[in-house]
Amino acid sequence: MKVKLENLSKRWGKVVGADRIDLEITDGEFVAFLGPSGCGKTTTLLMVAGIYKPTEGSIRFDERVVNYVAPKDRNIGMVFQSYALYPHMTVFQNISYPLKLQKTSKEEMKQRAQKVADMMDIGHLMDRKPAQLSGGQQQRVALGRALVKEPKLLLFDEPLSNLDARLRLSMRGEIKRLQVELRVTSIYVTHDQVEAMTMADRVAVMKDGKLQAYSPPDELYDQPRTLFVASFVGNPPMNLIEVDVTRENGDYHARADGIDLIVPAERGEKAAGKGRVIMGIRPEDVTISEQEQEGVSGEIYVVEPLGRDDLIDVRVGETSIRVLADPALRLKMGENTALDFNTSKAQFFDPATEQSLLW
Amino acid sequence: MTLRQRIMAVIPYVLLVLTVLPIVVGYFWLALSSFSVSTEGLRSTGFTLSNWSFLSEPPFGRGYPSIWRVTFNTFVIAISMTTAVVIVSSLAGYALSRLNFPGRKSFLSLTLILHAFPSVTLLIGIYFVLRTLKLYNTLTGVGLVMIGFELPFGIWLMKGFFDNVSWDMERAALIDGASRLRVWGEIILPTIKPGIAALSIFAFISGWNAWLIPKTFTIGAGQNATLSVFLNNFRGDTVAVQWGAVTAVGLFQLIPVAIFFIFTQDLLLSIYAGGAKGGT
Repeated sequence: MKVKLENLSKRWGKVVGADRIDLEITDGEFVAFLGPSGCGKTTTLLMVAGIYKPTEGSIRFDERVVNYVAPKDRNIGMVFQSYALYPHMTVFQNISYPLKLQKTSKEEMKQRAQKVADMMDIGHLMDRKPAQLSGGQQQRVALGRALVKEPKLLLFDEPLSNLDARLRLSMRGEIKRLQVELRVTSIYVTHDQVEAMTMADRVAVMKDGKLQAYSPPDELYDQPRTLFVASFVGNPPMNLIEVDVTRENGDYHARADGIDLIVPAERGEKAAGKGRVIMGIRPEDVTISEQEQEGVSGEIYVVEPLGRDDLIDVRVGETSIRVLADPALRLKMGENTALDFNTSKAQFFDPATEQSLLW
Repeated sequence: MTLRQRIMAVIPYVLLVLTVLPIVVGYFWLALSSFSVSTEGLRSTGFTLSNWSFLSEPPFGRGYPSIWRVTFNTFVIAISMTTAVVIVSSLAGYALSRLNFPGRKSFLSLTLILHAFPSVTLLIGIYFVLRTLKLYNTLTGVGLVMIGFELPFGIWLMKGFFDNVSWDMERAALIDGASRLRVWGEIILPTIKPGIAALSIFAFISGWNAWLIPKTFTIGAGQNATLSVFLNNFRGDTVAVQWGAVTAVGLFQLIPVAIFFIFTQDLLLSIYAGGAKGGT
């Protein structure tokens, strides 16, 4: 089923939950709503679910406007962060509750609930009460309950946030596999950018109720449209440096205190002559230079071992720059070092509008 | 364990026993006195069953109801009060907790004021209302008034319990395909069973023990009397009070409440044990 949000807004008096959101989700697509808490992603999801009524705009399922259709008539399944299982019912009763409400026959109910439970690997727990299950098992029951009526649209509201890190990783994979197998259109709300990037076909980044960007993960990463997207997506976060870009002798130079970089023409020409702009460059696009004489020199302020890489904080003049370096280099705090910038990956933003100058 | 630790461990029990002792002694005297000719302090002067004679013959003579009639009256009032208060409070409490409708805030503060309002001041007004409605000296009248006085408390209590049920659970049920009424009946009510048990026992006890309202709105210890009114009738103005009979009736009145409490005890205790891990 296709889902289309048109100019969708939700306000409570002066409080704005969602502000004129436009986006389209194609049939079978997995879309993540990503943003910090309070950005309106859950509000938007609850409007799609029919729990909140939109103040303005419309929600379309295929072509039909569903603004005033009750949740029970939308044929959707939803998984909550708190699992929201019914504590007085057994696992079987929880999973089969949507079928019971559809007045499915006892025989069919049993069969379908068992099938979903087996798929979720909880088939042997049917007689337990939710309180007797672990967090991961409870989440599987919640997922089973959402899937059992074979919904046209699946909604996830931060379903993995209450699980421990290892379990979260494996559930992430399972949900992704399940979604691909069932080809059911899905919306997944999360504040965890890794979840959004790894699972979704497209990511909608939100901030203060507004849609900031809506694109596939790699595009979001390589071509951020706004400063917010650039700094929110990616871990460790992108370095943001205030620079002046000028053209000298046919080359574009980005200059700040102690920094002078040559920028490729196709990027530099869009940022040149605009006064102070913000240059963004990801930690993996900055490297520790082999020759100390070349590149930008600075002092190592902090070394944080991450295992596979070391995260180095280098001070260049007043600016602090995060760099991912090979632990084999054995860098130490207080040492001087030189940095190479892969400026073909540099982003440029207007400091006033916070919009990208490139995309 | 050192001696000092032992003493420290015993002290709380000693304190608790001391505070509870007066109450236990009170009940002990009640039971003792009902089977005694008379008592001197906590000592009986002789065993007798004559105090319990009210069970077989009306103690106030002809024209007065038997204890069984009065017990039946009290049951009718207490049970209908429990039923009505639980049903109305759980519906109203749900609406006040979950739905947004005009006048919700003022309704809430109004019920709170009604709860705090001293009911004695309303007695005369209610008397005229009952007279006009021809409900004076009827069980229906007494029952309605008592339900009315109990409802503000019940609604607030239930609203508190509904407030503690997670929104997610309700949303999940709505999305699963349930109507609002089914969500209320099949999902929310079962999770607040302890609250319903608490309210039932409060309503039952206050209906069972009510004295002021039945006394005011029925005539004497007539056919519509309740146990408390009946008990009060022993305290005549002209004859000496038969304490033995008073204690026997008092003990008799206590039995159903004790039984009710034993059956709801588990549920009442689970209020503090917390709900299920998955639900909240």
